[in-house]
Amino acid sequence: MRALEPWVVQPLETFLAESGARLTLLMTSSGQVVAQHGFSRSLDVMTAAALGAAIVASTEELARLMGASGFEALVHNGQRQSCLLAAFTTPRGRWIGLVVFGPETSVGIVRLFFDQMVQQLAAVAPREQPQVPMLAENFETELDASLKALFGR
Amino acid sequence: MTATHDALDRVTRVPGVRGALVVGATDGLVVAQQLMDGIDGQAAAALTGSLVSRLGRTAEGAGLRPPAFVQLRGEAGSILAAPGPDDLVLVAVVGPDANLGLARLEMIEAAGRLA
Repeated sequence: MRALEPWVVQPLETFLAESGARLTLLMTSSGQVVAQHGFSRSLDVMTAAALGAAIVASTEELARLMGASGFEALVHNGQRQSCLLAAFTTPRGRWIGLVVFGPETSVGIVRLFFDQMVQQLAAVAPREQPQVPMLAENFETELDASLKALFGR
Repeated sequence: MTATHDALDRVTRVPGVRGALVVGATDGLVVAQQLMDGIDGQAAAALTGSLVSRLGRTAEGAGLRPPAFVQLRGEAGSILAAPGPDDLVLVAVVGPDANLGLARLEMIEAAGRLA
């Protein structure tokens, strides 16, 4: 498990231990990865983050069209693997969790401990916002630094 | 009245029962529930569904038949579970003073009619 911010580690580790999730990705609503577990390639992480953020944006827009405030979570049930995608609010803004799990656990267990992780993240998040401008000229440097932190190389 | 709600009514009428749920064993989600305030149905469904599902696999691995009734006893009460057809599980949350014998009979009978 790798996280860009240290305060994310404990809640995420607890979630991973309790839920039995195979892959987990925490990202901002714009698709910037905050933490990951289980991914072995940076390309997979970036692709999953971009797709997850896009799906959440699409479903939230659908909800808005239907007059709802938003969907709590989106679950894809598969034969071998399932996927939970849920947006949540933290003191650092709106984040998205993408969790891939197998038949060794259940969507109920994953939802239960995901909700607990969201509460823990809200409790331990530092209140001050890191104001780092994400300009085009330093975007690639920032991306490289994030990938090194997330994959330890 | 559906079989699900009939089952919940039968179980919750037993003295000492604080609530009952019908849960999907595989997904751990609530199908229907009648709970007193303060009982977390989502947690009870997820954890009991997982427990019953794992116990079933354990029994199968040991060459035994799956359990017909499960009691998880704690200091402040018990969780009772009776697997039914179609991957459904009837779950009851009971206090320490509950009539467990009657609850067991009602649950096994009601779980068999779930569908």
